[in-house]
Amino acid sequence: MDIVYTLWLRSVKRYTRSKSRMVGSLGMPVFLLLVLGFGLNSVVAIPGMEQGYIGFIIPGIISMSVLFTSMFAGIEIIWDKQFGFLKETLVAPVSRLEIMLGQTFGGATTAVIQGLMIFVLSLLIGLEISSIPGFLIAIVFMMLIGISFTAFGIAIASRMEDMHGFQLIINFVIFPIFGLSGALFPIESLPGWVRYLALLDPLTYGVEGIRYGLLGSSHIDPAICFVILSGFTILMVGFGSYLFRKINI
Amino acid sequence: MKMYAITVKDLTKKFGDFTAVNNLSFDIEKGEVFGLLGPNGAGKSTTMAMLSTMLKPSSGQAWVNGYDILKNEDEVRKSIGIVFQDPSLDEELTAYENMDFHARLYRIPKKDRQKKIIELLQLVELDEKKDNLVKTYSGGMRRRLEIARGLLHEPKVLFLDEPTLGLDPQTRNHLWDYIDRLNQEKGITIILTTHYMEEADKLCHRIAIIDKGQIIALDTSEKLKNDVGGDIITIVSSEKDSLYSVVISLPGISNIEVHDSSITIGLHNAEKHVAQIVNVASECGIPIDSISIHKPTLEDVFLHFTGRTIREEEASGKEQMRMMHRNRK
Ligand SMILES: Nc1ncnc2c1ncn2[C@@H]1O[C@H](COP(=O)(O)OP(=O)(O)OP(=O)(O)O)[C@@H](O)[C@H]1O
Ligand SMILES: [Mg+2]
Repeated sequence: MDIVYTLWLRSVKRYTRSKSRMVGSLGMPVFLLLVLGFGLNSVVAIPGMEQGYIGFIIPGIISMSVLFTSMFAGIEIIWDKQFGFLKETLVAPVSRLEIMLGQTFGGATTAVIQGLMIFVLSLLIGLEISSIPGFLIAIVFMMLIGISFTAFGIAIASRMEDMHGFQLIINFVIFPIFGLSGALFPIESLPGWVRYLALLDPLTYGVEGIRYGLLGSSHIDPAICFVILSGFTILMVGFGSYLFRKINI
Repeated sequence: MKMYAITVKDLTKKFGDFTAVNNLSFDIEKGEVFGLLGPNGAGKSTTMAMLSTMLKPSSGQAWVNGYDILKNEDEVRKSIGIVFQDPSLDEELTAYENMDFHARLYRIPKKDRQKKIIELLQLVELDEKKDNLVKTYSGGMRRRLEIARGLLHEPKVLFLDEPTLGLDPQTRNHLWDYIDRLNQEKGITIILTTHYMEEADKLCHRIAIIDKGQIIALDTSEKLKNDVGGDIITIVSSEKDSLYSVVISLPGISNIEVHDSSITIGLHNAEKHVAQIVNVASECGIPIDSISIHKPTLEDVFLHFTGRTIREEEASGKEQMRMMHRNRK
């Protein structure tokens, strides 16, 4: 546990130190929130959404923030590989599982903080949360998204040689996961086959879970969301640690 | 059985068809400073990577501090400290935090942690800058920090892969003294790679010269130099071939080699014979552009065993690469 904590501590320290990255990665979500939220608020009406379209996408934007930050945090081990620091950790008498878990929890922590920043911003522009327990439920879902996707990022990074594939991953992995998730639109409105794709997207359950927590209503039962997302998280942690064990430096 | 710090038996590493390390076998005694000397690509780092469990050998066996590198990885890792050839610090952390991270990874108890870190930082004279981010450090400071870090958990065996690469002469000298002290005071077994002859000569009890993955000579620096045949006279001449044919018939010459622009003559008591050689040359009308006598260095030893010099430009080219690597952030 000490080792996991050590790696967690390093991730968090690095994160709090790079203010530019912290603010930089807020840019896109805030932009989407403001442009789509205010731009479409009067045009789009979503049945059952008291807080309008902007209320509807806030959980989506929070999920987006957590998703991006955690994926990047996982993929970051490529930098450690390139700058040599990974050797320092791998040559130490500690198990790779501990290293991987530390990195995962570290990444998830920063991702949740990033999500909370969007949350605070949303309060400023008028979001009204349904209840305090609901807020805690939202945090749990943010943590699950954070853990599962950091682990996923580590899995990907374990198979990558260098940063060259990064663009590919943003375009063909992260954006589709975000786009299909129902972060920006209700999945009911999708045509049949796309809806199935959305239901295959694990982030969908994260978004819906946070939506339930913050707004008090969602299209998918939050219990189902929780079970599916937890299952996905366990799967990803297993998958990530399996691939990380075989990492070559 | 004598307890060795390191035992290597038929160690081989292949990358595809290419054999980087070829059937290496040697023993290193406890408390010894052992040098691996060889040109770029000789397989020094690859050997270290295998001994430090970072790379699986293709075949062969090795024990470090009595533990099998294949079967007992964890014990091997606990026994060793390593300073990699390439940088391995976290630039976004301070020197102290890098040390602290290491101390925690090696499970150094909380009560000792701070004291040890400060002690070692003092030793490498970085204690005053301990709270600066590593990215603000110079190359030499980083290297010193890496060495301090490698010692933090008091390893039995210390691997130093080109510890002084890219350092200025003062820092280099300073580090040599330090490595020497470590070995003498704490009895740490040290295995270091270098292609600075001077370094191997000064620090190492025994030296293995490796080339193309194989050991071509292994002995004390003294004995290796003796193999070259005593002192060395280097003569630069435009007619080196005819010079060769007259010198070879002189008595007392142990060996003679023709190189690109010079010939080197190995012999004992060179001071006595040099006049004779010059005389013979001028009698035969062979011009001599320059002549010099020196005690053999490892450079000569390398030349003797491989027929090639460890070229300076190789070294400086690599230093530039290392610097580029560091500056790439
Ligand atoms: N991962 C790898 N894949 C393929 N070839 C490799 C790999 N690592 C090393 N080699 C090759 O093995 C040979 C030995 O490399 P090594 O790094 O051990 O040399 P070295 O003696 O440390 O050289 P230097 O003085 O330049 O550090 C080189 O020819 C190198 O190209
Ligand atoms: Mg090397």
